[in-house]
Amino acid sequence: MTAPVIGVLALQGDVREHLAALTAVGAQARPVRRPAELDAVDGLVIPGGESTTISKLVDIFELREPIDKRIAAGLPVYGSCAGMIMLAAEVLDGRPDQRGFDGIAMTVRRNAFGRQVDSFEAPVEITGIDGGPLHAVFIRAPWVERVGAGVEVLGTVLDAPTAPPAASGRRHDAPAPVGTRIVAVRQGNLLATSFHPELTGDLRLHRYFVRLVGAVS
Amino acid sequence: MSETTSPNASDTTPVVGSARVKRGMAEMLKGGVIMDVVTPEQAKIAEDAGAVAVMALERVPADIRAQGGVSRMSDPDMIDGIIDAVSIPVMAKARIGHFVEAQILQALGVDYVDESEVLTPADYANHIDKWAFTVPFVCGATNLGEALRRITEGAAMIRSKGEAGTGDVSNATTHMRKIRQEIRRLQTLPTDELYVAAKELQAPYELVKEVAEAGKLPVVLFTAGGIATPADAAMMMQLGAEGVFVGSGIFKSGNPAQRAAAIVKATTFHDDPDVLAKVSRGLGEAMVGINVDDIPVPHRLADRGW
Repeated sequence: MTAPVIGVLALQGDVREHLAALTAVGAQARPVRRPAELDAVDGLVIPGGESTTISKLVDIFELREPIDKRIAAGLPVYGSCAGMIMLAAEVLDGRPDQRGFDGIAMTVRRNAFGRQVDSFEAPVEITGIDGGPLHAVFIRAPWVERVGAGVEVLGTVLDAPTAPPAASGRRHDAPAPVGTRIVAVRQGNLLATSFHPELTGDLRLHRYFVRLVGAVS
Repeated sequence: MSETTSPNASDTTPVVGSARVKRGMAEMLKGGVIMDVVTPEQAKIAEDAGAVAVMALERVPADIRAQGGVSRMSDPDMIDGIIDAVSIPVMAKARIGHFVEAQILQALGVDYVDESEVLTPADYANHIDKWAFTVPFVCGATNLGEALRRITEGAAMIRSKGEAGTGDVSNATTHMRKIRQEIRRLQTLPTDELYVAAKELQAPYELVKEVAEAGKLPVVLFTAGGIATPADAAMMMQLGAEGVFVGSGIFKSGNPAQRAAAIVKATTFHDDPDVLAKVSRGLGEAMVGINVDDIPVPHRLADRGW
């Protein structure tokens, strides 16, 4: 089997880290900014970044329809953080004009864990990934508020990690702790995480995705 | 990707304010445009145009330059107003060395503090100890040594300095080229010469070695100062910037909304002249601008910081 070709949506965000992680686990990784580049990939990663910006650029550079079509045809897609928001059927606390792809049947709350002073690192167990919890990095991260039929929850984290009072500021917009929050999901060939495995050097999640792409293509 | 799993990987306690979380925030801004705004209305225009973040400040550099006087951190009410107006990250400026302004900005919940030479410095010897904060910092630099000293103090993001408030991009190109050139030079040096390089750069050897091996800074490198057109932004990206700060260039122009959107598109397709030609059309008047050469040396902002 030749290495699958996996694109990283390269309109804005931490594209380089995803390309490096994909290359490290044996995929042929390349940036995707144009419809023709999308045609050439077996799988797609939507990176971390600013989801409102990415959503706008997807429309301006005419990638929405082609990506929706590929997803409908079974293209494996992995989204981290902003990428998770782009894959959500419904987004809370987003901009009114913000739109995701026809992706995972879930409701995602944007910046749900709070502002940057609330960004955190924590271990997260992921169903289907062996070798202990992933060290997950959450940056102004979203969480999954609800999932629909056919969506498998792969990982959760304890809500509202305690920041030092001096650091948390008055703007702790996240609701009061209610136990665990969903931060990793999969529906068919679509995978999404609230956190950024591409920032840690832990390649297991990218390996999981590349295997998924290999199985489909 | 050079980082390995951190020592606290097995710890179950969530960690806030770590270097990875601070630097990671800047990684998410890459390929994007951060716009100076002075009102909630401008912040909305910036967000509508596709800005990845806004920089809240009281006066854009062009006005600071025109009006003179001591320039300080903005009024918290004004920063609150901007935080409430947009959903994208909000940055704000503190004076160089003014750690209390930074404490206030952190308490307000801003997402990044810019320890900025555009404001009047509060301390001519020391910069802020940025490790002491949960909020991350971005700092300006005219050369590699300055960038590495800021990183040593805890900066989680660097922007090459230009001459802010001029609309003249020449200083931004000089400083971006300088930083990139000095990094390339480090890559060619044998180990024993790296010790001397560290001495010359007035930066810690470990950090110099890391840059020599990686061929890049350990934090994200943006550009700033004098960027006024989509072509300016694209040129800075082609010179190696990972994203763009635009100050006076947008809201001192004839049609801010359209120019802001054009600069966003130009930053994404910085290497595609066909797209750049398309987005550069019909933008109306650019900011009038001042030649950096016409500014007396004591009034040049990029020279602040050391």
